[in-house]
Order: sequence, then structure tokens, then C-alpha cells
Amino acid sequence: MIPLTWFLIVAAFLFCIGLYGALARRNAIAILMGIELMLNAVNINLIAFWRYITPEVLTGQVFAIFVITVAAAEAAIGLALIISIFRNRETVIVEDVDMMKW
Amino acid sequence: MENLVTLVPLIPIVPLLTFAIIVVFTRRNDKLSSYLAVAAIVISWLLSMVIVLSALTQMPQFAEEPAAHLTLLRIPTGATTLDIGVQIDPLTVALLFMVPTVCMMIFIYSMGYMKGDPRYSRFFAYICLFATGMLGLVVADNLLLLFICWELMGLCSYLLIGFWFEKPEAMWAGLKAFITTRIGDVLLLLGMVMLYWQTGALRFETVFEGVQGLAQTNPTLMYIIALLIFGGAVGKSAQFPLHVWLPDAMEGPTPVSALIHAATMVAAGVFLVARMLPIFVVLEGMPALAWVAAIGAITAFFASTIAIAQDDIKRVLAYSTISQLGYMIMCLGLGGFVAAVFHLITHAFFKALLFLGSGSVIHGAGTNDMMEMGGLRKKMPYTFWTFLVGMLALAGVPPLAGFWSKDEILATAFVENQAVWVIGTVAAFITAFYMTRQVCLTFLGKPRDKDIHAHESPPLMYVPLIVLAVGAVLLGFLGVPEDFPVLGPLLGNPLHHLLADQFKQWSYVHLPHVEFNPSVLLVSVAMALGGIGLGYLIYGRKPLVAGQRDPLERMGVVWTVLRNKYYIDEIYRATVIRGAIGLANVCFRFDSGIVDGTVNLVGKLTERWSHVSGLFDTYVIDGIVNGVGRVTSAVGQELRYIQTGRVQNYMIIVVISVLLLAGVFLYM
Amino acid sequence: MTIMQLVFLVLAVVAVASAVGVVTSKNIFYSALLLIACLFTVSGFYILLEAPFLAAVQVLIYVGAIAVLIIFAVMLTERMMSKTVRAFNEQWWIALIVAICLAGVMVYVVLIANWQVSDAATPTDAVAALGKTLLSTYVLPFEVASVLLLMALIGSIIIAREEKAGEQ
Repeated sequence: MIPLTWFLIVAAFLFCIGLYGALARRNAIAILMGIELMLNAVNINLIAFWRYITPEVLTGQVFAIFVITVAAAEAAIGLALIISIFRNRETVIVEDVDMMKW
Repeated sequence: MENLVTLVPLIPIVPLLTFAIIVVFTRRNDKLSSYLAVAAIVISWLLSMVIVLSALTQMPQFAEEPAAHLTLLRIPTGATTLDIGVQIDPLTVALLFMVPTVCMMIFIYSMGYMKGDPRYSRFFAYICLFATGMLGLVVADNLLLLFICWELMGLCSYLLIGFWFEKPEAMWAGLKAFITTRIGDVLLLLGMVMLYWQTGALRFETVFEGVQGLAQTNPTLMYIIALLIFGGAVGKSAQFPLHVWLPDAMEGPTPVSALIHAATMVAAGVFLVARMLPIFVVLEGMPALAWVAAIGAITAFFASTIAIAQDDIKRVLAYSTISQLGYMIMCLGLGGFVAAVFHLITHAFFKALLFLGSGSVIHGAGTNDMMEMGGLRKKMPYTFWTFLVGMLALAGVPPLAGFWSKDEILATAFVENQAVWVIGTVAAFITAFYMTRQVCLTFLGKPRDKDIHAHESPPLMYVPLIVLAVGAVLLGFLGVPEDFPVLGPLLGNPLHHLLADQFKQWSYVHLPHVEFNPSVLLVSVAMALGGIGLGYLIYGRKPLVAGQRDPLERMGVVWTVLRNKYYIDEIYRATVIRGAIGLANVCFRFDSGIVDGTVNLVGKLTERWSHVSGLFDTYVIDGIVNGVGRVTSAVGQELRYIQTGRVQNYMIIVVISVLLLAGVFLYM
Repeated sequence: MTIMQLVFLVLAVVAVASAVGVVTSKNIFYSALLLIACLFTVSGFYILLEAPFLAAVQVLIYVGAIAVLIIFAVMLTERMMSKTVRAFNEQWWIALIVAICLAGVMVYVVLIANWQVSDAATPTDAVAALGKTLLSTYVLPFEVASVLLLMALIGSIIIAREEKAGEQ
């Protein structure tokens, strides 16, 4: 049996890598990919906890399904936004989209 | 008398109300004002007569029983109360006989004398107020009410002397009177305060009880108190050295001179000493009384000498008044209570008569200067004959009133103190002399000034003269000594019986009993006749003609000194007045220099301080306020760079915060 | 070490490696492809965790839809990504440190926690059971999720639509 902690550690790594990507990348789409990584890491956590802590109720899986649903919706909207911005500003680099700057 | 005493407060209050009514309502209506005033004094006179008559009919019990009191006001003073009220006792009765009568005559006379004066109503208002003062003084049963009335009369005297204030001499005379009597008043007030402090009361009877103890425990203080109270009398009764105001007070209208400066107000000083006699006699050896006698005697003599050398008809009478008051004071100083009061009453009548007569003369002749008069006998008969009666009474010619009263004084002096008797007798001679001089210069001979068109006064003026003359003749018989042959037992000396037991209640008061002494009587008569004779010799046999100098000028230096009143006014001016003005200057310099300087300094300091405050406000306070703004702005300028507009920057801060929180949690 | 553990280790290595590649690759297209690889490995994890349905869903939705969408977006914005443009912004090193710290914290927590591992068995016929719970106990979130998807659908169309001249 694979110990629970292995899954959790992997998920942790994936989350932090995804976080790094979200914080450090200039391309908006790359940031989105980082976010997707983070969501996946969360999903792994959820399923691992479901399997090891409460395998008899399916709450973990349901939660994970919803996460995926929302991730999908969010990715759709996000990409639509990126495309719209690209059309207006000719850029996908988030640093250039700083009208709220001082 | 107990039920009659309730009438007594009305006696001074009726004139007071009349004063108020005249001032408020009838100022413009001259006739009405004078009628109101006369009505008021008549009412007071009637009330007084009721009291006098019932007192006389209740003799001898009235004289023996203690005084009837009516308390009007109770002032709580700590544990005790100060009772202000009125009383009826023999002395009050005696004065209540004289004062309203003389006042009434003078009020009626004034109706004629003051006619045509633009301030006619005001005059009557003032004399009503004055009457209030005098009547209140007479009926008071305590020193406080007495003092209040005393001051009230002082005020009226000032107002009335300066009645014709357009004349600068009148104005200054009023001021001089007020200030000089003020010196006496201050002494009286001090005496009163000390008396209250020591005996705890101001009611005469309580004081007289209390001073017995004080004389034992602190005789020096008692002596001082007695002298202080006498000081008040010296001022008010124009005794030496505070006599200087009375001759100048003649600037006032003649009725004023008659009323205030002959009959009543100046008598108040004598009345005070008479009333307060116990405090003078309570001390062993009676040293205070000696002062009283001394000053009285000096005044009597020295004033009479000045009277010889005066040309103004009223000034002669003024100095005569001073001299006669001196007699009364002198008599009190010898313990002659009854004699002094007797002379007070008779003097009021004939002196008022003489003044009113002189007023008549001035009214008719238009001048005060006797050297310009002459021969008025034919032109002003009523005036002349009444004036003559007054003169004879004053000179002490029997059987007129002045003779009896003056003789009793001299008899007392002969018994008690022979030196005083000699002075008094010489002064009597001089008195007769100057009065004769006055009558001769004014009425006898031919008119010296052709321009004077003398005429007799209207009846309104000479009828009061007649009434007063009757009094001057008859009043003496009230005081004829019982030992006097024939008349004595017949008349029974009612005045003596009335007054002799005034102080019976206080055993320490022993008044001298004076036996009738025919030789003293004869000497007095001789002096009177001698004076008249000498006067007639010099002035009457060959009356002076126009331009002729006064024969007595041959006395040379003596004449000049007498004429200039011994230069006392000049001495006072050089010393006291200069000193007072110097002190006032010093005070003025102090006030303007130090006091004003301090105030100005405070002002300047405040101004400087406010300037500094202003700077503080501008730089520090405003600086802080502006500074806060500037700091906020600067901080904002720097802090705005946080808002980079980049979400990644914000996010990283979030993550760092989360890490920190997690760290905190982990290490808890 | 059992077979499962070995498989898990392989999958873990691939997942982490491809994730690192996603975030560090300069070429965004390579990032997208590496993302697909990562997502596949995650699906493998699900299989190891006895959630086959979820593994299938993962592949279908994440790889099949989302990753493809991302590739579309990359294509549509390709002009931008030349090699000369920097891939990382100025705060990359802070992000690195933060990420490493966070990883450390999380690993630490995971290791020291006392996990109450249960021995119970998963439900038989999990898929049917999943369908049942989804439409009974969790019917509300289910419906809300469908509305959400509708909104996302409409929204993205509107946002990404090209503006024609003469209309708002």
C-alpha cells in the first residue's frame, strides 16, 4: 500500500511548482497553466484523503469532480479574457497590463 | 406717655414725605410747594405740642419716670439686636417745644423772603428735609439714628448754604461748611464705633449703663471716647477750632442762616453733649468735662471779640451765635445741664428773631453792609422794634429771656469755676457792646447811602418776627429760679422741674445744685447795661455819617486782628489745606505712576505675550498641522509604489503572509 | 517496495519533472505540451487511488478540453512569443524562495501529522454510487455547477467575441 504521505508530498510539490509558475511567469497563459497545476495538486489531495481517510463515502470524489468543473469554467473565461486583452493591447504579458498602477 | 410715643415717629416723617412730594410732584408749582412745606411743619408742630402739653400736665411723674420708647427697627447683629427707635423724655420734650415752633416761623417767613427766586420749590424741599433731620435727631433714642439725622442735616446745610450756587463764594462756603463739620463727624463716628465696641449697644440708656464698667476697666479709653464725641459737637456747633465755617455760611439765604445756623443745627452739637452728659461725668475727676468747659469758654470769649469788628450784619450775628454756643458748651462743661438747655431754647428764639430781622433789613435795604445802612428805624418800624427786643434779650437785659438763661449759666460758673465765670462775664459785656453797635449802625441816625430805598417787609415776613419776639420776652419766665424774690415761687421754675431729673436713673451723674446768688445777678445786669451804655456812647449818641470811619479803628493793630478774625482762616490755609493738597498730590503721583504704571505694564506684557503666542501658533501649531499633512503626503508618495498594478506582486505578498501565519501556527 | 509503489514513484517523477518543465519552459507551446503530460500522470495517480471514473474524467476534461483550450489560446497569441522576450518577471527569485518555503512547510506538516488512516473498503460499483450521490445529496451543487458552466459558456463567448464596427 502506498502511504498516504507520499501522495500528499507529491501534491505539495505540484502545488508549489504551480505557485511558482503563477507568481514568476510573464505570459498570462503560463500563469493560467500554473493555476491548473495547483488545482490538480488539490485534486490529488482530495482523492488521496478520500481513499485513505473516508473511503466509504464518496464525498471526496464529488468534491474533486466539482473542482474540475469549476477549473474548466475558469479556464474558459480566463482564456477568453486573455484573448480579449490580446486583441486590445497586443500583449499577453501581464506586466504590461498595469493600468491600476500608481 | 406710652401711647403718645406712637405719634413721635410722625414728627420727622411728615416733613420727609413732604420733601419727597415736592421733589417728585410739585417742583414747578411754587405756591403749592410752599403751602405743602408749611402744612407739613404745622402738622409736626401740632403733634409736638400734643406731646409737650401732655408731658407738662403729667408733671411731676413725667420727669421722674423713665423715658417712653418706641422701637422702629430691629437689626440683628450676631447674638444681639440693634434697636433703632424713638423716645420721649424730658430733654426731648424741651426740644420738641422749641424746634417745631422756630421752624414754623421760619418756614412762613421764607414764603415771603424767597419770593421770586427761580428755585423756590427746591428751597422748600430742602428745608423740609432739614426739618426731618433736626426733628429726628431730637426724638432719637440711639446714637445711630442720631448720627444719621446729624449727617442729613449736614447735607442740607451744604445744599442750602450753596443755594445760590452761581455765586462762587456761596459754593465755596457750602463746601467749607461740609468739610469742616466732616472733621467733627469723623470724630463722632469714631467715638460711636468705640462706644458700640465697648458697650455693645448704641441706645443711650444701654450705653449709660455700660460706660460705668468701662470707666473702671479702661478709663483712658473712656476719656478718649468722650473727647471724640465732643469732637463732633465742636464741628457742628462751630466751636474753636472748627468754627471757621459758620461766618462763611452766611452766604446762604437768611432764612437758612436763621434756621440752621442759629436756632437748630448748630444747637445739635450742644444737644449731643447734653444728651451724652453721663459719658462725660462717668470718669473719676471728670477730665473730659474740663475740656468741654475750656473750649466753650475760649470760644465764647474769642468769638465775641471778633464780632465787634465786623461790618456785615449777618457776620456779627454769626460770631454772636458762635459765642453763645460757646456759653452753652461751657455751661455743660460745668455740669449745668438745665441752664444750658434753657439757654439753648431762649437763644433759638431770639437769634432766629435777629437773623430774620436782619433778613428783613437786607431785603429792604438791599445791602448787607452796616456801614452803608442807617436810619432804618423810621422806614422799617416792625423790623426795628422786634430787632431791638432780640438785641436786648441777647444782651441779657431783664426781664427778657436771655437774661434769665445767661444768668443761670453765670451763676453755675460762679459756683463751679470762677475763672470761667470771669471769662463769661467779660464776654457778656462785649456781647452787649457789639449788639448795641449793630443796632445803632443799622437803625439809628440818618441813612448813609442815599441810593437805598428802604421799605418795610410784607406781613408774611414781619408777623413771624413778632411771634418770635413774644417768645424772646416770655420764655425766660419758664426758668426763673425758685429762690428769686417774688417771681420765683410764683412761677415755680417749671423748666428746672422738667429737666432736673433727666439722668436720675444713673447714679453716677451728679449735677451741681446752684443756689440763687443775687450778687452774681447784679454783676450780670451791670455788665449788660454797661455794654449797652458804651455802645450807645460810641455809636448811638452821634450816629455815624456817610464816609465816616469806625471809631474803634483807633485801636489800631488790635482792630485789624479782630477784623481779620485773628487770621485763623489764613493759618488753616497755609497749614492744613496745603498739607491736604500736598498729600493728595502724592497720592495722585502714586496712582498715575505706580498704579497706572502697573496697569499699563500688564497691558504691554499681555500684548507681548500674545505676540509670542501668535508666533507659537503660526510656527509650532500650524507647523504641526501642516507637517502632519506634509508627512502624510510624503508617506503616500512613497507608499503608492506598492500598487504596481501587477496582480503577481499582490499575490506574492499574500503567499508570504500565509507562510508567516503558518509558521506562527506551527511554532505555537 | 511493491509494484504499486514503484509505479507511483515513476509517475511522481514524471509529474514533478513535467510540472517543472511547464513553469520553466521559455517556449509556451512546450509548456502546454508538458502540461498535458503532467495531467496524464495525475490521471495515473487517480487510478492508483482506486478512482477510475475520476481518472477518466481527468483525461476527458482536463486533457481533452482544458489543455486543448490552452493550446488554442497559445496559437491565437503566438505572434507575441518570440525567443527574445523574457519568460520570468523580476520577482521570480522571491517566488522561488516562497515556493520552496511553502513546500517545506507543507511537507513538514504532512509528515508530522497523525493521519487516521481507515481500513474500510471503497464502495462497490463506485460510479453508480457516485451518480446517485451527485443527484441526491449533492444535487444543489450539481445544479449550481451546471448554471456556472452555462454562464462560463455565455460569458466567454461574449468576452472573446470580436468587436464589429458600429456595435457596442
